[in-house]
Amino acid sequence: MNWLRRGSSGGTAREPLWKEEFSVRTADERYVTRRQLTKFLVLTSLGMFVGNIWILIRSLVYKAPVYPRQPVAQVGEIPVGGVKLFSYPTKDDHCIMIRTGEDEYVGYSQKCTHLSCAVYYSQAENRLECPCHKGFFSTKDGAVLQGPPSRPLPRIVLEARGEQLVAVEVKG
Amino acid sequence: MFGYEFYVDPSRCIGCRSCLQACEECDTHRGKSMINFDFIERKESIRSAAYVCWHCDEPTCAQVCPADAIKKGEDGIVHSSLKPRCIACNNCVLACPFGIPKMMIPEQQMMKCDMCYDRTSIGKRPMCATVCPSQALSYVRPEEIASRREKPTNIFYFGSQKITTKVYMMAPAEREAIALDVVDYMWEENHELVAARQ
Repeated sequence: MNWLRRGSSGGTAREPLWKEEFSVRTADERYVTRRQLTKFLVLTSLGMFVGNIWILIRSLVYKAPVYPRQPVAQVGEIPVGGVKLFSYPTKDDHCIMIRTGEDEYVGYSQKCTHLSCAVYYSQAENRLECPCHKGFFSTKDGAVLQGPPSRPLPRIVLEARGEQLVAVEVKG
Repeated sequence: MFGYEFYVDPSRCIGCRSCLQACEECDTHRGKSMINFDFIERKESIRSAAYVCWHCDEPTCAQVCPADAIKKGEDGIVHSSLKPRCIACNNCVLACPFGIPKMMIPEQQMMKCDMCYDRTSIGKRPMCATVCPSQALSYVRPEEIASRREKPTNIFYFGSQKITTKVYMMAPAEREAIALDVVDYMWEENHELVAARQ
């Protein structure tokens, strides 16, 4: 494995490896001294400490994002087992709404939590399916039923306001 | 680093040994003199020569060190052995063609001239060069030394070994390099410190 350690400019007429690694010149030394290692450890742990403090401060001053209220559909607009696609909270966040029962509507983000393929509703299996890597999600709470995704689908909280279904929040 | 170079001119040495005393004051090796001081043909003459480490470009002492204890810094100074590494094996003492390294038996460590690293690294002159009354040891700018009759050279031949150094030796103007045949020098009738290279 010498070619790995010799660097890019290999050749036959070079100094032996030990001479290169234990060079007479301090500038060419390649091995790490105890003091250098200690310095590295101290500085990296200091960096991690500062990073943790920063994360702590950030979580202390964290403000929950404010979601807009957005009418999505009319009650009874889609049949039981039907779906409607919409965008929430912004135009680029594609979501899927399913009418799972007479008075039951659920909304989820359409982005698979694995690699962001668009999930679709499989009425026969009553689940959300991602066609890319066969990741399946429950329609009840968006939990992963099988496949590579590790997190449930973000849920869109829907509210009935009169005859309108309004998206009010994204959870997860 | 600061435009100064070290020049050794043994022909100017008056044997006062000020440099030895001054060297002991240096903070990097307090109380120990790192000057090499020799009498030449003491039987017949009062000639003496004080000289410091030549700080070779390819230091033989460091090359033979089995413990990787002798290091040449980025500014060309060859330092004393590193105390945690030196195993007091005497390899460097035997290998140096100039006979510079000194084995400090009580410390079990090789020590040598480091050109007063604490001083020269901040632009001050080495202790020996500050006290030498005849400027046999001088630490000056190259243009200041150019006015001397002798010319500086930093090329030495020991047999077939060519050595180039950081410190300059003042040699007769016609000499490009200083060649020493150590075996020749040992013969009584044929010893010349400065001999022409064949």
